[in-house]
Amino acid sequence: MAEYSAFSLLKNALTGNRDWKPAWRKPDPKASYDVIVIGGGGHGLSTAYYLAKEHGITNVAVLEKGWLGSGNVGRNTTAVRSNYLLPANTRFYEHSMKLWENLSHDLNYNVMFSQRGCLNLAHTPAQLDDFARRGNAMRHLGVDAELMTTAEIARLIPALDVSGTARFPIIGGLMQPRAGTARHDAVAWGYARGADRRGVDIIENCEVTGFLRDGDRVTGVSTSRGEIRAKKVAVAVAGSTGRVMQLADIGTMPIESHVLQAFVTESLKPFVDTVLTFGMGHFYMSQSDKGGLVYGGDLDGYNSYAQRGSLPIVDEVMSEMLALFPGLARVRMLRSWGGLCDMSMDGSPIITTGPLPGMYLNCGWCYGGFKATPASGWCFAWTIAKDEPHDFNAPFTLDRFHRGLVIDDKGQGATPRLH
Amino acid sequence: MLITCPYCGPRDVIEFNYQGDGNRQRPQLASQDLDAWNAYVYDRLNPAGDHNEIWQHSGGCRAHLRVVRNTLTHEISSVAFARGDHKAAMRHKAEGKS
Repeated sequence: MAEYSAFSLLKNALTGNRDWKPAWRKPDPKASYDVIVIGGGGHGLSTAYYLAKEHGITNVAVLEKGWLGSGNVGRNTTAVRSNYLLPANTRFYEHSMKLWENLSHDLNYNVMFSQRGCLNLAHTPAQLDDFARRGNAMRHLGVDAELMTTAEIARLIPALDVSGTARFPIIGGLMQPRAGTARHDAVAWGYARGADRRGVDIIENCEVTGFLRDGDRVTGVSTSRGEIRAKKVAVAVAGSTGRVMQLADIGTMPIESHVLQAFVTESLKPFVDTVLTFGMGHFYMSQSDKGGLVYGGDLDGYNSYAQRGSLPIVDEVMSEMLALFPGLARVRMLRSWGGLCDMSMDGSPIITTGPLPGMYLNCGWCYGGFKATPASGWCFAWTIAKDEPHDFNAPFTLDRFHRGLVIDDKGQGATPRLH
Repeated sequence: MLITCPYCGPRDVIEFNYQGDGNRQRPQLASQDLDAWNAYVYDRLNPAGDHNEIWQHSGGCRAHLRVVRNTLTHEISSVAFARGDHKAAMRHKAEGKS
């Protein structure tokens, strides 16, 4: 398959763009594979890509119930950052950041990764102290972080209400300059193309309906397109984790599925050139290259598999936006949508072998899965290939809850809706 | 979404506070069964369909409610006072059953 390059763009432009090939094949499933990855979202596709690229395992199928990237990889607000407090999270997300920084070259696919920075606003002295502590923790592990004053923030984002009379006056912020955004669909397509070119079969419209078992051991899956056997079956299904694990007779998980909404406005002239988060509620925003403001807030707050949100959160998110930017009061919202989040009990993910022999599990991304896409796949591929975790994902076990080894960055305890 | 509080009648969801999975069974306080405590704190059924859950009408009568709600459609099929459960548990205890 042809490389994408300036030369191929020019050549195809001159020949009427008739010779572009599909970015991935549409193969029928084979009877068996070395590895089956359930879930054709960002994490499943990147897992397949790194299995092939890093470990030479190419006899792999990615099974997707709907069409490729129809879940959260196409529904998120595209922020990429590694500004965590706890070392396990910082190391993992910083590994992801480093993969992001070379991802377009690695995939030969422009994921439009834009390191425009991510700024967390502080509104109280205690909050600013807390940000200073987190910034120091990040710098201690080699991650970039800078405290900003209100005057610096006002220069960076002129439209922001930095007056002392704002409902929640801004007294500073924590900036991670290397953070940013990426084009989320391109991430799914780029990984799919990269995996496909190395021989991975991406099988869409193929719903897993059960697990094939030999005693405890998982030996394959039954699907809407027939039975498929595999030495190893990897599950990367985010918000559907509970449903898929129940097919393997695992009744309970340290996961609740919740719905998170996102919103986009009509296109504006350049307005905000960083990712911005509000500190007195839950609100985050960036501006897409097309000009729309992309933003979101809190979960709806109760278990949901509905992939659509409710109005009270719409109301809350809009009021938070106006608290920061009174000037946006008459901007029209174009679209809103919802995605299912697999909220874990400590806000951190699970990337592990098991819980059954022959099975591998990747879940618990809460609403931070997009930025983790490269490292999640990279670590999951390592775990599948070597039957043991890499140092980066060794803390993210399934049994850490029962062993008292939770990784609770926000300190919220076992209340998934608050992480 | 409207929740029909047995005391106040149908009210908007913003008056209510979600308290999570109502299937969880808290062990007796003196229990040293770690597996039971871990299951109570961390493990969830998380069904796609009817979910037995606890809400509090915090913006109204403040009663705790046991609600059965479909997590795919948000259709609510039953709402009852959760304190009935509590009284039953106390009665159970008073009768000397474990």
